[in-house]
Amino acid sequence: MAHALLILGMAAVTFLTRGLPIAILTRRTLPGGLGRWLRHIPVAVFTVIAVQGTLAPTGEFRLSLGSPYIWGGIAAVVVAWRTGNVFLTILAGLAGLWLGRGCL
Amino acid sequence: MAQERAQAAWQSAPFWSGVRAALPLLLGITPYGIAFGLLGPTVGLSAAGTVAMSAIVFAGSSQFVALGLLQSGTSYLLIVLSTLVVNLRHLLYAGSIAPYFRRLSAPRKALASFLLADETYAVAIAHFRQPGASPAPEFYLGLGLTVYLDWVLSTTAGLAVGGLVPDPTALGLDFALPATFIGLVVPQLRDRAAWATCAVSAAIAILARGLPGRLDILLATVVAATVGWGVETWRTRS
Repeated sequence: MAHALLILGMAAVTFLTRGLPIAILTRRTLPGGLGRWLRHIPVAVFTVIAVQGTLAPTGEFRLSLGSPYIWGGIAAVVVAWRTGNVFLTILAGLAGLWLGRGCL
Repeated sequence: MAQERAQAAWQSAPFWSGVRAALPLLLGITPYGIAFGLLGPTVGLSAAGTVAMSAIVFAGSSQFVALGLLQSGTSYLLIVLSTLVVNLRHLLYAGSIAPYFRRLSAPRKALASFLLADETYAVAIAHFRQPGASPAPEFYLGLGLTVYLDWVLSTTAGLAVGGLVPDPTALGLDFALPATFIGLVVPQLRDRAAWATCAVSAAIAILARGLPGRLDILLATVVAATVGWGVETWRTRS
């Protein structure tokens, strides 16, 4: 296979970034400060992808009720807040987006 | 006894509840797997190479970046380096989720590492942190293996169907992933530190969007988590 070396190289560096912290941090306890810092990572990561996909879906920043993605985002936030259910949130987000596209 | 324990992962309830938790994610992941299968041959990857990349690398963003670089004739070494940069954010994911993997055997830790991606990390950590949850790593393995199978199968499907598939953007399925993350982050906003983290991360996400190598994710995460940590520390002290 012509690209075997490339694929193996990509696989190796990917596995390294995923595996190294797991190999080390499952064996020893974290210093307290670092452990408390890492607990804030999830909210930070979730927000980046949620915000970019809603406010800059094509890379251009667009905060306007004329953007169907805003309607998808509003519907998703409301349903996530009321139900805490990820599947319902996805459905609400898609429904909001479709409605936004249909009505605008 | 040891044998019973070895069989336990896929017979356990947490494993299957992880499989179920993966199902809504597939809505957002499948179209991109299909797209990857469609695009692979257009930049000169063989059918086997396209599937092998999904099956061995299993990293959506870097795979698409690699396609773009292959098209422009970039050297293998630079493509591998850009994969490393695109995946630096996994260091943070892995560090944050590692404490939940302590009781896994070494081969299972390796499997758990291999399966770590934006979606699997996000859903698993949100599940583990629910108040009163008993965080079983088998949940993560069920979740990860389901997403992995979907990624490889949808890549294969993309190769098979050629240009017949409609554009995911036209169907709005490009919004399934952001909607997933909205569903994950909103229930986490329980205290001021979380609100501060969210606000700072949102601001950087907008200002730094489009930085090459997905460094925008890394930058926003590091700064926002530090602010959240600062707010928490300050509030406990005062």
